[in-house]
Amino acid sequence: MDALDVARWQFGVTTVYHFLFVPLTIGLSILVAILQTLWHRTGNERYLKLTKFYGKLFLINFAMGVVTGIVQEFQFGMNWSDYSRFVGDIFGAPLAIEALVAFFLESTFIGLWIFGWDRLPKRLHLASIWAAAIGTNLSAYFILAANSFMQNPVGYTINPETGRAELTDFVAVLTNKVALITFPHTLAGSFLVAGSLVVTVGLWHVMRNRDSADTGAYRFATKFGAWVVLVSAALVTITGDIQGKIMTQVQPMKMAAAEGLYTTESPASFSVLTIGSLDGSREIFAIKIPYLLSYLGTGDPDGTVQGINDLQAQYASQYGAGSYTPIIPVTYWSFRFMIGFGMAAAAIALLVLWTQRKGRTPTSRWLLRAGLILPVLPLLANSFGWIFTEMGRQPWIVFGEMLTRDGVSRSVSLTEVLTSFTAFTLIYAALAVIEFKLLVRYAKAGVPDLTPTAEPDDTDDDAERPLAFAY
Amino acid sequence: MELTTIWFLLVAVLFTGYFILEGFDFGVGMLLPVLGRDDRERRVLINTIGPVWDGNEVWLITAGGAMFAAFPEWYATLFSGFYLPLLLILLALIARGVAFEYRHKRPEASWKRRWDAAIFWGSLLPAILWGVAFANILRGVPLDADHEYVGGLLDLLHPYALLGGVTTAALFLTHGAVFIALKTTGEVRDRAGALAVKLGLGAAVAAVAFLTWTLSIRSSAAAVVLAVGAALALLGGLAAARARREGWAFTGTAVAIALAVATLFAALFPNVLPSTLDPAGTLTATNAASTPYTLKIMTWVAVVFTPIVLAYQGWTYWVFRKRIGVVNIPQH
Repeated sequence: MDALDVARWQFGVTTVYHFLFVPLTIGLSILVAILQTLWHRTGNERYLKLTKFYGKLFLINFAMGVVTGIVQEFQFGMNWSDYSRFVGDIFGAPLAIEALVAFFLESTFIGLWIFGWDRLPKRLHLASIWAAAIGTNLSAYFILAANSFMQNPVGYTINPETGRAELTDFVAVLTNKVALITFPHTLAGSFLVAGSLVVTVGLWHVMRNRDSADTGAYRFATKFGAWVVLVSAALVTITGDIQGKIMTQVQPMKMAAAEGLYTTESPASFSVLTIGSLDGSREIFAIKIPYLLSYLGTGDPDGTVQGINDLQAQYASQYGAGSYTPIIPVTYWSFRFMIGFGMAAAAIALLVLWTQRKGRTPTSRWLLRAGLILPVLPLLANSFGWIFTEMGRQPWIVFGEMLTRDGVSRSVSLTEVLTSFTAFTLIYAALAVIEFKLLVRYAKAGVPDLTPTAEPDDTDDDAERPLAFAY
Repeated sequence: MELTTIWFLLVAVLFTGYFILEGFDFGVGMLLPVLGRDDRERRVLINTIGPVWDGNEVWLITAGGAMFAAFPEWYATLFSGFYLPLLLILLALIARGVAFEYRHKRPEASWKRRWDAAIFWGSLLPAILWGVAFANILRGVPLDADHEYVGGLLDLLHPYALLGGVTTAALFLTHGAVFIALKTTGEVRDRAGALAVKLGLGAAVAAVAFLTWTLSIRSSAAAVVLAVGAALALLGGLAAARARREGWAFTGTAVAIALAVATLFAALFPNVLPSTLDPAGTLTATNAASTPYTLKIMTWVAVVFTPIVLAYQGWTYWVFRKRIGVVNIPQH
């Protein structure tokens, strides 16, 4: 074990952890904004109750996304300083823009929304949640543009004197075809999580809390969430399909590794199950669907899809001796888990809608159980998606330009990285338990009773009035 | 003006904004156990910064992003070199940020006590460590010819750096007390006002000592003028605090922090991280910078978006301008 290994584990753990909260922030901010808009348009209190209810769950989650996000920005400099030196000219810009354009918007307006119920006119208060939601979704674009540069570097040149990457075309970086498709794919994956949480909580109350005066609100929420899941699942599939074709072009090794395709095939078949040798150089057993991989990868059922061994040979002659093959079992299984868990979520959502058709109330205990695990499925799908996309790029940190092992900080010792990895893992684990318990507590508590809210005013006449919301 | 100089100024502005804004919310956090004698009073204190602390912290994220984009070598060397202090700052900011949101989520006293501790330590540690970090930037650190940090943790802890830490903590405490006096009513306000003056005198002594020491290490005419300005602003702020002119007192401490940070950057320029070993290892605004193309794009982005951000963030402070007191804290 050396500092490089620990730094890689730390990046993996902190990033996957961060992305447990981000999808919910991305998706739920918009869903809460939609609920509040419904209230604003219809005046129906049901939507106000749901806005406040899901708003609370949203905020419990939001805090975790914010604080774990700071680690992400600092980590590049702390553990990956040689990577930062190499790509800073390109990679730093989207990060800085993300903070200036998106994070300020998100954090400022979320504060206005949380504390502004009685201070802002209704319209402005509604605009605040939209501004925060737009900021959140915008931030995803910039960070994905930065990540896409690592997958498919564009708009740059290598300065022969310094050996560093230098920006030549910023528009090319922002319109990287990998970024353009990864953005909607990530958003769809995020809405899959948010919709699932809305379903789970609503369904639990519909089934467990039948005599509640708010059953109507929960029924609405359950259906609303289920539709969000289904539409997101459709979008995540369509965007994923396009992404696969782009990946076959720009990172053929990643596609081959996703499939455990060892030798170049035309037409190539899609692997349902492949078991490879331990060193990952050949397959032992496989069940396959003919033509499907060619179609998924190239859009043509007879298209050529390059295999791992051929690509390895090609890269070795191009970049010098060494292994350019990712860890095949990791890429192969994470790719399948991503798809499988995502589809399972969609199936449960469909079931939820079916059991509630025409005003029916579902009673199956199995459905309740399936409903309770529902939000975990897209979270796993998202995590495996990221594990796949990052592990599938290995051994590169910037594809074709810099190896991961060359990006690590030279001045940071094993002890330091171990300290940091241990500290983050411990505090993250503790916070995960606390966060989960709070979410369950507030989800069970149900929608709030609405006490009459006073109209906002600017006078000090009522200086003794309690705040509508206080920490 | 050179693009690299513009970006040196912009990074300075971002850190100045960060220390003015998060400075008072660090102060509020550190004063939580001192000025908040019961749960309701502590809630008053937390709610003075509730709507704004997150936006304040984004100044740091933006400063970090700007360093990365404009001076990647500076960002890389500094963040990998100051590894353990930054780790502590991150852990503190995590605990503190979550604490604001979670503290009121359960009624148990033990629950609240734990989050109060997180807010206190989560504010105190960064308030000290930022001073330690900036003192080290000013004094210089051991860098080899490749700009890699070759020192250890102990190279960052020396009397000058510790004085830097004491100074930032004392300034933020004063700034926080003045802010509380400005934003609250009743007893909390009275206590905060009285404490601000005492804390401020300590902060003034520390700041004068620290800035004098700094100017003896590296200096420029501008830095001297700014340092004198910082001292005068702080004393003016304290006089206003004594006279219970809270708005002016807050202006005074805010200007004092701004000028103190400006002093540091003015003394540092054109270096960004001097080397105490090989002079070739010294990072400057020129050799640490990105290409002119990147800097030009980032300049346009900054020119367009900074005024917008300032406008809506300023508006937030206007929306939440009312003082609050224990009577305004709801029961649940």
